[in-house]
Amino acid sequence: METGRANIIEIVKLEKSYEGIPVLKGIDLKVGKGDLVSIIGRSGCGKTTLLRCINCLEIFDAGEMNIAGIKLHREKGSNKEDKKIRKQQNDIRNNISMPIQDLKSYDDISEDFRIKANKLRSNVGMLFQSLNLFPHMTVIENIIKAPVVVQKTDKETARKYAKFILEKVGMEKYANRYPHQLSGGQCQRVAISRALAMNPKVMLYDEPTSALDPELVEEVLQVMRLLHDEGMTQLVVTHTLSFARNVSDEVIYMEDGKFIESGKPEEIFTNPKDDRTKEYLQILRQ
Amino acid sequence: MKKIYTIIIIFLLSICSFSLANSKYLRWAADAEGNAPFIFQDPRIPSNLIGFEVDIVNELANEMDLEPVFIQNQWDGLIAGLSRDDYDIAINGLEITEDRKHQVNFSIPYYITYEQLVVRKGTKGITSLIDLIGKKAGALENSLAERILNSQQGVTVKTYEGEVNAFSDMLNGRLDVVLVDSPIALYYASWNDDYEMVGEPIGNVMYAVVCRKQDTVLLKQINKALTNIINNGKLREILEQWNLWNEKMSDYTKDDDPTNIMPEKFNEFIESQGKEADFDTIFKRYVGYLPLIGKAALTTLWLSMVSMVVAILSGLFIALVRVYAPFPFSQMAVIYIEIIRGTPLLIQLFFIFYALPSIGITLSPELAAIFGLGFNYAAYEAENFRAGLFSVPRGQMEAAISLGMNRRQSLRHVVLPQAIRLVIPPLTNDYISLLKDSSLVAIITMVELTKVYTQISQAHYDYFIPGIIVAGIYLLLGLPFVRLSRYFENKYSLDKQIKKMYN
Repeated sequence: METGRANIIEIVKLEKSYEGIPVLKGIDLKVGKGDLVSIIGRSGCGKTTLLRCINCLEIFDAGEMNIAGIKLHREKGSNKEDKKIRKQQNDIRNNISMPIQDLKSYDDISEDFRIKANKLRSNVGMLFQSLNLFPHMTVIENIIKAPVVVQKTDKETARKYAKFILEKVGMEKYANRYPHQLSGGQCQRVAISRALAMNPKVMLYDEPTSALDPELVEEVLQVMRLLHDEGMTQLVVTHTLSFARNVSDEVIYMEDGKFIESGKPEEIFTNPKDDRTKEYLQILRQ
Repeated sequence: MKKIYTIIIIFLLSICSFSLANSKYLRWAADAEGNAPFIFQDPRIPSNLIGFEVDIVNELANEMDLEPVFIQNQWDGLIAGLSRDDYDIAINGLEITEDRKHQVNFSIPYYITYEQLVVRKGTKGITSLIDLIGKKAGALENSLAERILNSQQGVTVKTYEGEVNAFSDMLNGRLDVVLVDSPIALYYASWNDDYEMVGEPIGNVMYAVVCRKQDTVLLKQINKALTNIINNGKLREILEQWNLWNEKMSDYTKDDDPTNIMPEKFNEFIESQGKEADFDTIFKRYVGYLPLIGKAALTTLWLSMVSMVVAILSGLFIALVRVYAPFPFSQMAVIYIEIIRGTPLLIQLFFIFYALPSIGITLSPELAAIFGLGFNYAAYEAENFRAGLFSVPRGQMEAAISLGMNRRQSLRHVVLPQAIRLVIPPLTNDYISLLKDSSLVAIITMVELTKVYTQISQAHYDYFIPGIIVAGIYLLLGLPFVRLSRYFENKYSLDKQIKKMYN
């Protein structure tokens, strides 16, 4: 957390639970503009849920978020809706064969919240662990789709900008390929380009390299470093400790739905204060 | 996409406007499958309908100064169809019975006949109803013959929809005797060496013109016209040509002059039935079928195509509602699918055609067929689309949403295009199935391939060659769509795109 710079992400007492089991237990987070913050922690500690809440793919139960100037606020049990939403989301979670149904829950949220959430999403780019480029479109079509559909950019302009981004991530030769013709690393670079085409103010990464073969990891991290140099604010959930250590401005260790410890990477990795952080790092080093 | 909708709407409207509810016409209904001598296809020119009832209607229309328009309707539905106002009268060997009198008005009889016993050639000991005790007897459904047999103690009665089946069952030994209206016996058994007509005339059968209860003026006009053609001898002339003049008619018309006209039309029919027809005649006969079959094939083709478009569009809509709409709507979609899938198409067609008019919705046969088939298959297509939607990984929708698209945009640009590719093969499958199910619309008076097949087969008691021809046409109609679907599958399949890339 660099002082003197405006915070682009401010989160206060964020809470979220599934089926009454709390997953996020009051998260406070501030990220300065241009910072790269890594969140590390064991599986199931809530780090992915946190990212999904920030992008409003999941609706948080209570707390405050201010992301790139868009403020969202919810109070716990403030109305009956909350229970209904939670119930629906749980129903869905129990029935994996019904994908996308949780998006129905947006119908139960106030119109105001929904509009804000949509606005927020076009300001926040997100990269998923799974390689989910649109398989029926070429690389370039993948990239221009959202600008053309959402921002009504004309196709030619979008195409030019897409080529510019592709060049930046070293994928310009692959513009007319289909996703299944690319390696995992190339897919993730295109996915980053796709998010960048919307000119996001913040990029979120949910374990961007964990589905990749080890030799492909570096090319993705390279792109993230490049963006960091360009001043993009980035929040990364990762297991790649070396990346967290070498590139991050700040590292947060998360456990059981809470932030345990945060600080400069050197502090966290060389001299963790909390026993739980020590233990986690110990395990990873073995 | 909008263009397609407009075309469909214009098409449907043009079908609706096709109606002949005009006082210049005498719209009469019969089942052209009804067989000789009532109404049947001319063996020489199969597209022509002939029969003594056709002659009578033409004469009646002439008397009434109207132009006769024939409306095909399934025999079972002739009386029900009156209430739909598709036609004004029905004439097709309809006997006057007390039950029917409650529903419709009968004119004075245009023909009176009797029931005739027919047995296998050489059968001994059956000459009257008394002899039937302990025997197996056949009759047509809902005929006087059936009621007579049922009132006879100790007779095993089997009923049939068509006399062909009854006679062939007797030939095969499943029946000992058949009791039918005399004209049927005359035209089916009298000239055939396998059968023998035995015994005295039994009972009294009166055929009359049927019209709606409320059409009392029309009924008076018809009775007047009938009286006229009885008095001026036209009716007798027609009946004599068909070899149908009998004592009962003499009594009825008080005309007991000896017969003096040659039964030419009966003779022509007998000639055409001669089993020794040479190859040339038979070949000509089959060629003669072709225009009729071609027309029916076109009906089958456009009907199945339009129905499939309706099915696909409404199926997609229902699937989207089921998967994405909020509670009450999604549940309604589920209920629709379950009801439509869970009930027979035949009943749905009957319902649309005969039941909806009672609540004020009268659809033309074409429209009823399109809705019946289209909305039935919509339920299946909806389930296909739902499967397609679910097989798109949830990450796709999430990725689209996280790029700022709203749900509608995500669906339209990301999820649906992927789902539809997966759905092409089952859609083709269903189209082929719909093509064949379209044969059911014969019951709502549409003349399509299967109907024409039964018509021409019954006219010549020849199910073999016409069957092969018609089956072949069904195959030919389906094949192009199989090819088309392969083409689309290939075009959109990702594997193909890879191959293209590397070649």
